[in-house]
Amino acid sequence: MSALRALGRAGLSFFERLGRGHIFLLYTLGGLPATLYRWRLLTSQVFALGVLSLVIIAVSGLFVGMVLGLQGYNTLVDFGAEESLGILLALSLVRELGPVVSALLFAGRAGSALTAEIGLMKTTEQLAAMEMMAVDPLHRVVAPRLLAGILAMPLLAAIFSAVGVYGGYFVGVGLLGVDEGAFWSQMQSAVDFHDDILNGVIKSFVFGIAVTWIAVFEGYDTAPTSAGISRATTRTVVNSSLAVLGLDFVLTALMFD
Amino acid sequence: MMHSKWIETIVGAFVALGLGALLVLTLRISNLSLAGFGADSTYEIRAMFDNIGGLKVRSPVKMAGVTVGRVNAIEFDSKSYTAVAIIQIDKQYNQIPTDTGANVYTAGLLGEQYISLAPGGSEEFLKGGDVITDTQSAVVFEQVIGQFLYGKAAESGGDKDSKE
Repeated sequence: MSALRALGRAGLSFFERLGRGHIFLLYTLGGLPATLYRWRLLTSQVFALGVLSLVIIAVSGLFVGMVLGLQGYNTLVDFGAEESLGILLALSLVRELGPVVSALLFAGRAGSALTAEIGLMKTTEQLAAMEMMAVDPLHRVVAPRLLAGILAMPLLAAIFSAVGVYGGYFVGVGLLGVDEGAFWSQMQSAVDFHDDILNGVIKSFVFGIAVTWIAVFEGYDTAPTSAGISRATTRTVVNSSLAVLGLDFVLTALMFD
Repeated sequence: MMHSKWIETIVGAFVALGLGALLVLTLRISNLSLAGFGADSTYEIRAMFDNIGGLKVRSPVKMAGVTVGRVNAIEFDSKSYTAVAIIQIDKQYNQIPTDTGANVYTAGLLGEQYISLAPGGSEEFLKGGDVITDTQSAVVFEQVIGQFLYGKAAESGGDKDSKE
């Protein structure tokens, strides 16, 4: 009986949080026009979320591309089809790995920082102080961060994919001796702008919304204690990673049927 | 104030970098780019094939192994029931004889398919809008295997059905 009640309570609190998250998003979206007007708030957030994530994104992209080049070559060379390495690299990076891996890295690098920052603001009652001064913290603090995350994510994913392709090019063509012309021409004949690249951008855009939304909501909804901030940060990384992977499956099923 | 300007510059560079990466993806990796042969620097010829196999739009067109053009479009001619490959040839290769033959070949066992042009002996050269009819279809693997098996069967099965 008590187990059933605990299950019910867990379910209710899950839906309550879900509802609060949506109301929170709605109020934050109301602050977006004001954010565009005060774009200095936005640039400093794009710096914190995008520019500072650049190194980890670029380095990961390079190594993912290089590993893909190495593994793909070892498999394809058995069939004498190592010229297809370019297709393998470009399609897997542009369609899947670029958006997904950079979103996971973004959640770990930028999402956790967002949650901790907003959570500490709430814990030290800075948000309450803003409300006392009739400044809406959702508009002043949360909206620029949300918008910056949504803008930075597709750019980071594009950088990841581009760097990854060149990493694979370096290994495949530079080290393993795949023919350069075939590498690029097969890639170009197989990758379509609309079906592959545009869909990859749409994916990373959706992931950007999901990750940043979860991060700012967890920060805003944190229990105002040090343990609460720690829990909220962990939840951000776990939930946004799960959300990215789940959304990726749904989007892939919709886009590439 | 200096600090804020500094951040703005870096953010500008970041956005430019991201858009640049997108541009690289578009132009270098996807087929939107293949402006290697622009519209002005090419002329268009057509080739009729009974079967084009796995030939795709943007497949290369080669002469003696050198890429001289690309397949621009593939259409089906419902009168003659043949496939029509519309080919863009680079203008610098403007001395292709009119009796040139076209074959669909495959690069390697699993490689991409391309059109190979075998030059004829005519003194006249192909111009824009000309049609190549001396073509050889793509080799369909199943047909080859089927013919091989049929030949084997005819060989080993005695002279029962080898009257002709």
